[in-house]
Amino acid sequence: MEPVLDNLDLYVSGFWRSLEIVLWAAAGSLALGILLAAFRVSPVPVLQRLGALYVATIRNTPLTIVLFFFAFGVPAAFGVTWDFFALGTVGLVVYTAAFVCESVRSGVNAVDAGQAEAARALGLTFRQNLSLVVLPQALRTVVPPTGSVIIAMIKNSAVVGAIGVSGDLFSAYRRMASALGYERLPSIAGTAVGFLVMTLTAGAILMVVERRMAVSR
Amino acid sequence: MRTRSLTLAAGLATGALVLAGCGGDDSGSGGSETEPTVAEAPEFAEGTTMAEIAEAGSMTIGTKFDQPGFGLQGLDETPDGFDVRIAEYIAGQMGIAPEDITWTEAPSAQREELLENGDVEMVVATYTINDERRERITFAGPYYVAGQQILVASDNDVIAGPEDLADNPDQVVCSVTGSTPAENIREYLASPGQLVEFGIYDDCISALDNGQVQAVTTDNVILTGFVAGSEGAYKLVGEQFTEEPYGIGIEKGDVEFCEFVNEALQEAADSGYYEEAWTATAGQFEGTEVPDLPEPDECV
Repeated sequence: MEPVLDNLDLYVSGFWRSLEIVLWAAAGSLALGILLAAFRVSPVPVLQRLGALYVATIRNTPLTIVLFFFAFGVPAAFGVTWDFFALGTVGLVVYTAAFVCESVRSGVNAVDAGQAEAARALGLTFRQNLSLVVLPQALRTVVPPTGSVIIAMIKNSAVVGAIGVSGDLFSAYRRMASALGYERLPSIAGTAVGFLVMTLTAGAILMVVERRMAVSR
Repeated sequence: MRTRSLTLAAGLATGALVLAGCGGDDSGSGGSETEPTVAEAPEFAEGTTMAEIAEAGSMTIGTKFDQPGFGLQGLDETPDGFDVRIAEYIAGQMGIAPEDITWTEAPSAQREELLENGDVEMVVATYTINDERRERITFAGPYYVAGQQILVASDNDVIAGPEDLADNPDQVVCSVTGSTPAENIREYLASPGQLVEFGIYDDCISALDNGQVQAVTTDNVILTGFVAGSEGAYKLVGEQFTEEPYGIGIEKGDVEFCEFVNEALQEAADSGYYEEAWTATAGQFEGTEVPDLPEPDECV
């Protein structure tokens, strides 16, 4: 581990850069994913189809293709000149949102239909029904699978480094191993530790949230 | 009937003219404007590699087939470029005419093997001299010093060299992840974010086309290839700011042959062939200056 300790600043700055990607992407994909899930369970057929189409397209496309589409396709087609950090993060949000959508939808579907029917019988509107009756119950079911999606996203963020973003945790490894000529094994171990810090922390937060939400049924 | 045969004759004549025109264009690629001098019955000491080659009357040389400006194989199957011209001159000093040379493709990863197996007598293929390679083969030369340079779009008048990057933080530069050129450029940047890295140079070029980066940096030889294929869309700017000496690979320990090649290089430089060969090949791309023949290394 000596090469890693000698170049600790490289890994530390890479960690912050990757964390930046992860935080933006988590916030973005949760927001977009929940919106898409709302589309899919809404009583409006157009929105349902839109949500289904999004999930079918994005979920079945490899992440690297989604990312390259955002890195090169979008700028070429629409003249967008954002930096690669923004483009990569948006790509990761778009990709992850499809999975968040499905895990949220599964949670909503897990709520017994009788609950929604009872709420409707009481005269609640669709919005009230969703926000007061269905979603609070669904959220409990949704937390564990969504947490897994977010942890997968943290690991996927390594791929964002391949589309121009430099200075992230994964490019720290490549710089160490190729350009600076250190041994590969300790170099990649340093990167792995950095990702473990992020994923284990996410797992710990998840456990706290689950415990808070746990309600005996 | 008569008019028809006249038309036919005219048609044939036109066809012949067109064909002749094509043939005329071709002469530029094979041996070309700068014909190397072919020594007549040169004499060499018994048992040397030069004597063997001169006796055989032909030789096999390894070069790149895919490196514009240095060794690029055209439709007529004969490669052309600065490496090829230099090799032709050395062969000429042994009495071998360009048409008696058999060219073998020498990709970067196979060059040592080609020499060790005796498949080729000589490798002239953008071959950087270093100690690791010296353990397996002997280098004559160097005959050229490549180096890192910067490529920008032709209409970019902000960057004229690596020094301009620090003063213009909005000008983003691209290179390959974990490569030595990427490492070298860091000291010229205003902030680490000014460097964008991809796995291959083609992605850097795509980003340049999209306006997402403003410059691409690596060895001038690779950049020259992109300039050559761009029809004037890109240009090279500034001096080379690193040194990569290119040598001529021969069998390990053949000091006599090595010294002979060094003498041939010196003659090529003295006679003006070296400069003409450069101007006719790699020198055609904007931003490349005529190099001076570097001092030869010791033959070991």
